[in-house]
Amino acid sequence: MLLINSFLFCGLICMLSQLILDNTKLTPGHITSILVVIGAFLDTFSIYDRIIEVVGGGALLPITSFGHSLIHGALAQAEKTGVLGILMGMFDLTAAGIVFAIIFSFIFTLIFKPRN
Amino acid sequence: MRNTKYERIANEHKADENRIGNAIIAFISGGVIGMLGEIIIEVLLGFGINRTEAIPIMIVIFIFIASLGTALGFFDNLVTKFKCGLLIPITGFAHAMTSSCLDYKNEGPIYGLGSNMFKLTGSVILYGIVSAYIFGTIRYIIGGM
Repeated sequence: MLLINSFLFCGLICMLSQLILDNTKLTPGHITSILVVIGAFLDTFSIYDRIIEVVGGGALLPITSFGHSLIHGALAQAEKTGVLGILMGMFDLTAAGIVFAIIFSFIFTLIFKPRN
Repeated sequence: MRNTKYERIANEHKADENRIGNAIIAFISGGVIGMLGEIIIEVLLGFGINRTEAIPIMIVIFIFIASLGTALGFFDNLVTKFKCGLLIPITGFAHAMTSSCLDYKNEGPIYGLGSNMFKLTGSVILYGIVSAYIFGTIRYIIGGM
């Protein structure tokens, strides 16, 4: 069941962004930024957490999940240490993704040559 | 006058077909990516890794594949084919970062690679952090934790 939900949810987000991309003047950069803000907004009242419970991995892959994990880590840390936790805990969950994205891009850039 | 009007009408009809096709392609390719993510999590769960640890591993696997594919050159062709199906998942994030790295490689390690690495993904990180900070503060005040 999680597999079907993943397919539907991830596909729906991609389809909606494709429709926005084709029918408006927004670029992929605009759309990903908007989706990140939407993801952060949805987690303000723990809506995105429930989506992840129902959908599983499909909700963790779209870029909305990046905004969700930023605010999720911030709030989890804020529960422990107070207001400063919002600043300290923001990268708790996304750190692995960002660090590996930077490291992989750096290593592959050193190894490979640009194609075009 | 007539020509511009004709072109406009022709473009509208031409674009309509492509739009529906693109949307369906994006739906299927994005759905397959989402399903693969869930499959990877299930496989990792089978190895006895718990779900909170399996999630970052799954994301790192996708980032690795997208970065390597961009560096090897075939991921660009896939993106032009599947468009948003690959740009909206985390693969698009890794693709944007690696491709901007590769584009500016010739300009040197500091002013080329270093300062242009976040050229495309910087906006995602910036608006993610700003919105997470604002919404987090609101939630903190309302929630009264």
